[in-house]
Amino acid sequence: MKTARPVLLRTGIVGVLLALLAASLMTGGYDITLSRLLEDPDAREMFLISRVPRTLALVLAGIAMSVSGLIMQMVTQNRFVEPTTTGTAQWAGLGILVTLIVTPGATPLTRMIVASFFAMIGSLVFLAVLRRVALRSSLIVPLIGIMLGAVVSAVTVYLAATFNLLQSMSAWRSGGFSGIVRGHYEPLWVVGIITVVVFLLADRLTVAGLGADVARNIGVNYERVVLLATVLVAVATGVTSVVVGFLPFLGLIVPNIVSMLRGDNVRGNLPWVAALGAALILACDLVGRTVVAPMEIPVSVVLGAIGAAIFIALVLRQRRHARV
Amino acid sequence: MIQFSDLHKAYQGDTVLGPVTGAIEKGGITSIVGPNGAGKSTLLTMMGRLLDPTGGRVTIEGRDVFTTKSREMAQQLSILRQENQFTARLRVRELVAFGRFPHSQGRLTEDDHRHVAEALEFLSLTQLADRYLDQLSGGQRQRAYVAMVLAQDTDYVLLDEPLNNLDMKHSVLMMRQLRRAADELGRTIVLIIHDINFAAAHSDRIMALRDGEIVTTGTIPEIMRPEVLTDVFDTPVSVLEVDGRPVAVYYS
Repeated sequence: MKTARPVLLRTGIVGVLLALLAASLMTGGYDITLSRLLEDPDAREMFLISRVPRTLALVLAGIAMSVSGLIMQMVTQNRFVEPTTTGTAQWAGLGILVTLIVTPGATPLTRMIVASFFAMIGSLVFLAVLRRVALRSSLIVPLIGIMLGAVVSAVTVYLAATFNLLQSMSAWRSGGFSGIVRGHYEPLWVVGIITVVVFLLADRLTVAGLGADVARNIGVNYERVVLLATVLVAVATGVTSVVVGFLPFLGLIVPNIVSMLRGDNVRGNLPWVAALGAALILACDLVGRTVVAPMEIPVSVVLGAIGAAIFIALVLRQRRHARV
Repeated sequence: MIQFSDLHKAYQGDTVLGPVTGAIEKGGITSIVGPNGAGKSTLLTMMGRLLDPTGGRVTIEGRDVFTTKSREMAQQLSILRQENQFTARLRVRELVAFGRFPHSQGRLTEDDHRHVAEALEFLSLTQLADRYLDQLSGGQRQRAYVAMVLAQDTDYVLLDEPLNNLDMKHSVLMMRQLRRAADELGRTIVLIIHDINFAAAHSDRIMALRDGEIVTTGTIPEIMRPEVLTDVFDTPVSVLEVDGRPVAVYYS
């Protein structure tokens, strides 16, 4: 049984992921079937311009947010943090707005750099506040982050209203993939680089999850790991924010589910977190595209609904555990 | 030998330790005892480089613990703090394997696996090796952490109240296992113990602290005397002989 279960699980998630990928590629207003793809050049062109980029963007953004959540949970030793519950993503949004105000014609690359920079500030502010809070219970920590995020969001909305940019910001806020086409999503490939770096850092991140003292005892520079992690999360969040928008809860629920199934060893968990993150966002996107077709519900709304339910379940589970 | 000179720690001008000067000899078990607030943990965590001193220095075999490369230091000295309330869900074997990190940087060799297996065996954790830490009792978890620092295979092992969370039986077992680690594996073990009688029964030397100062350091017969203990703990203590061992009585 001990060996059969992981193999079964692994086959299961790979199967589900492949099925979702196929479904994502085949779903949409323009009717594309396998046989038409082979025969009709227009269908093929359409497929390559819109369907493939959208699916790839979903996969990459899903990985970006879930891996970011995993990293943040390790360095803060808290299960409930991820870019949207620490204010990091809200700061990235503020960064995007600032570029819209200051240089309306900025290239996507500029916007990504500014968004990543703001996300970095956001994470550092969160960590600095965390360091000053004595009561670091598991639920207080995300509450602080959510409050910080709310403050930053309020500032963002105020600025957007002042500069007549509310519409652009609400498009950002409802992160969706309907506008993703070829030539637009490619920066997300940076997520691949980040994932490789995380893999190289995996053991150090696990050690950071054991706390600063344990890390120092075995010769790991805790502060340096936290700083590197913050940079990685900032870039992943910044790029995802510019290309897609705000994707809540993914970084929260995916690492938690994987932790329940397989513990907290980052090296072994990384492929699982990536696969599950991709599968979950593909599924949510499919739901958003099909329930009100031919209209679309943005994936962030679906994620919010499903994610909030799972989040509550996780909190309740943790409370039960704590009582034992 | 661990040497510290003019070691001093203050928070916002309030001195909690020192300046103290002293040494811990190589080999055997040295227990640090003293009343609450004496500065025991402060001294131990500074010796283990987890806490930066306000002044003074600590050397191990002549090397400064704060300036020597962290990874090199981690092959010579390991320290376990008292409160290990981390939430990471690791299996016992994975936790103990991280003790090998200073040697292998995560790529475990045959030699590393052998050390991990030995540490697990040493603390009778082999049966529990595949359990998650959050599935263990407090005492079992405590043993898992100790196994981790033993797997680190350092000459010096510092432990802050390793008997915390342990009942009578497991406290005795833990002290026997540490005794074996000192005698059979040649480790130098420094620990903070709350119970002076446990310290007397299992250690070679005792260092007594009070009010941030080292009152005295000596062998068991030197320390287990009514006048010394009464002075250290600031409460009347008499010493009886039970089964040929000195036992401090301080309940009256």
